[in-house]
Amino acid sequence: MDLPLLFALVAAGAVVIYVLADGFDLGVGILFLFAPRDADRDMMMASVEPVWDGNETWLVMGGTLLLAAFPAAYYVLLPALYLPVVFMLFALIGRGIAFAFRLQTVRFRVVWDVVFAGGSALAVFCQGLILGGLIGGIPMQDGMYAGGAFSCLTFLGVLCGAGLVGGYALLGAGWLIWKTDGATQVFAREIAHAALILTMGMMVLVSGWTALTEPEVARRWFEGWHLLYLAPIPLLTLGVAAGLWKSLWSEWEVGPFLLAIALFLLGFSGLVISLWPYVVPWQVTLWDGASDPQTLGFAVFGVVLVLPMVLAYQAHAYWVFRGKTRHLDAYGTQ
Amino acid sequence: MDALLLSRIQFAFTIGFHILWPTFSIGIACYVACLSGLWWRTQRTVYRDLMRFWSRIFAMGFGMGVITGVVLSYEIGTNWAGYSRAVSNVIGPLFMYEVLTAFFLEAGFIGIMLFGEGRVSRGVHFFACCMVALGTLFSATWIIATNSWMQTPAGAVADAQGIFHVTDWWQVIFTPSFPYRLMHMVCASFLTGAFVVAGVSAFHLWQRRHLRTARTAFSMAMWAALVLAPAQIMIGDMHGRNTLEYQPTKLAAMEGLWDTGKGVPAVLFAWPDMDEARNRFAVEVPHLASLYLTHSWDGEVQGLKAVPASDRPYVPIVFFAFRIMAGIGIALLATAITGLVLRLRGRLYETRWFQTVAMAVTPLGFVAVIAGWTVTEAGRQPFVVYGLMRTADAVAPVSAGAVSATLIAFFLIYNVLLLTFFWFGARTVLKGPEGEPAHEAWRARPGPDRSAVGLATNPSLQTPQSGFQPAPGE
Repeated sequence: MDLPLLFALVAAGAVVIYVLADGFDLGVGILFLFAPRDADRDMMMASVEPVWDGNETWLVMGGTLLLAAFPAAYYVLLPALYLPVVFMLFALIGRGIAFAFRLQTVRFRVVWDVVFAGGSALAVFCQGLILGGLIGGIPMQDGMYAGGAFSCLTFLGVLCGAGLVGGYALLGAGWLIWKTDGATQVFAREIAHAALILTMGMMVLVSGWTALTEPEVARRWFEGWHLLYLAPIPLLTLGVAAGLWKSLWSEWEVGPFLLAIALFLLGFSGLVISLWPYVVPWQVTLWDGASDPQTLGFAVFGVVLVLPMVLAYQAHAYWVFRGKTRHLDAYGTQ
Repeated sequence: MDALLLSRIQFAFTIGFHILWPTFSIGIACYVACLSGLWWRTQRTVYRDLMRFWSRIFAMGFGMGVITGVVLSYEIGTNWAGYSRAVSNVIGPLFMYEVLTAFFLEAGFIGIMLFGEGRVSRGVHFFACCMVALGTLFSATWIIATNSWMQTPAGAVADAQGIFHVTDWWQVIFTPSFPYRLMHMVCASFLTGAFVVAGVSAFHLWQRRHLRTARTAFSMAMWAALVLAPAQIMIGDMHGRNTLEYQPTKLAAMEGLWDTGKGVPAVLFAWPDMDEARNRFAVEVPHLASLYLTHSWDGEVQGLKAVPASDRPYVPIVFFAFRIMAGIGIALLATAITGLVLRLRGRLYETRWFQTVAMAVTPLGFVAVIAGWTVTEAGRQPFVVYGLMRTADAVAPVSAGAVSATLIAFFLIYNVLLLTFFWFGARTVLKGPEGEPAHEAWRARPGPDRSAVGLATNPSLQTPQSGFQPAPGE
């Protein structure tokens, strides 16, 4: 059994779950200040309150999975991406603490609104910078990172950041259309249009810019007949985006959320095609960067035995809070 | 300052700040689970009110623990790339198992624990509380296993490049110091939690408010402290003797002992002078250290001079942190015994001065935990993996400027966090644990037909939550 490959699939799965799950609650944060009324904000926060902690745990899972299975990625990428990673953590601290304290205050609630929204947006933007730095490649020497503190901050990263802010906002809006009703839902339907436009614009720009500046990526997409096999991905993306646009005012309330997920999956598959099989792009493949066989052999029990249980009770937590959100599901109202 | 020293300061600060919250969560999660179970089985509303009150406070502390913990899981890479490169084969899976078995368990059930009361039955709520408490304990187990491997490494060998490879997982997890360190930390968390509950209840008793819940909680906390305080001192003694065997240099630093000898004295106070390798202003009790370390009058104890100066930790930090921890342990034991005496005389709930004492000792458990971790971490220096890998080789290729910037930001943000927690924690405590009938009225079954329109009339949303309200019915 090719354990590095198995763990690469698990890591990819963890990243996808993280991006989709924390994506919608970060997206709700991005949209937070745009909502017209305080009542909308209360509802928006209540809709993600019982589940955000579990969602963010996938970020920790991703980090520890890298450390356990692909240490090369962990100890090269994290110093390389030091500033965006740490500032993402600062931002996550801010928004995480806003969950605990926002409803406890009335006079200073606006401060927490800003902390929650600003933290969410900054965290997502930093993730975009991380993604851009990753695609741009990491300078290495003697198996360690060999660049400066700011080498990871690129124009591509800024584009990715804007794209992710749009994409997460779209997920968040889709979640709100599904989980809320009344004025909050109307607000979500309206703002989803802007989020979709931003997402699609940035997807096009990021793809174009990457193809122009990264010869390795361009080769994969445009060499020989590759584009013919790969054409379904951009075409499907356009189709999904069109369907999403139409679904925004439809009766199908879960539709926008599902289609936004589909959009993310297509974008992620494009990313995998561009970067496969590198864990440190253009430097370390997943087989070179994997940890010892006896380490993977020990970790695989967790993946095979424990991970399905985790998925089961996470699903159960979502099931308990199914249906439209009620204000009862919030800190401070118990 | 170079990136190494800055990274050490940053890691010490962030992990020291973080450990406060797991300490709090481990203790309070078990307490809330206990209250949920009592409410389910006995139907006494005092347990329900206490459960709701403490789960509100728990939610804040838990949130602080989650967000400061996420930082650590990445900091080991961002700041300690040399370390993670060398030991990832060993500690990587341990961290992964911590996430899989502990963090997800907590995260999966915390929603039900905090917000699920109206949506699930009391039995299921109790189960969810137990799962959260179990998650905090699992988390402690894995992280202590990792730390203990760094203290007393076993089951892995380093190759020529300094990369560790595992030969025996059982030995990696169950290292010689692991059981003692785990028991010591878990007991410390319970003890700290007991004194937090005691302190808050004492405050309510002192205010003569919420007497019904405050008496029950105060009584439970003082019983717990009476069992836990002596247990912790016994475990600490066992842990110390384990350290004597496996990390003699650290133990010598704790005792301020420079020369190896038989029948060594216990140093009550001194200023350990690193340059001259001797104690100044020492106040000693002859033979006592041999007696409590080896349980024999003339037992031999290794001194700091047994290793070269370059392999010694910075003694004053270890020496004083140990005295702070041990002193607090004795103070908490004295408080617990005083509580028993007052209880036997039937004056536990009325003695004003004892309520003041109980309030005063509330933060001491946390101080002792920080001091204890300082002993064990600073005492391991200059090694990051004891005897095998030096801290200087563990640092990441990051610039001192970048670390300075993030260190200042961490310092500011964490202080704001702490103040915020105190602010809202104090408000919750002032408000007290009185039952809120509005909650019961909102018990509706989940379903798709509810509309948000009716929520505008929810009284709990319109009443401004003032911090200090006279409690009804007293």
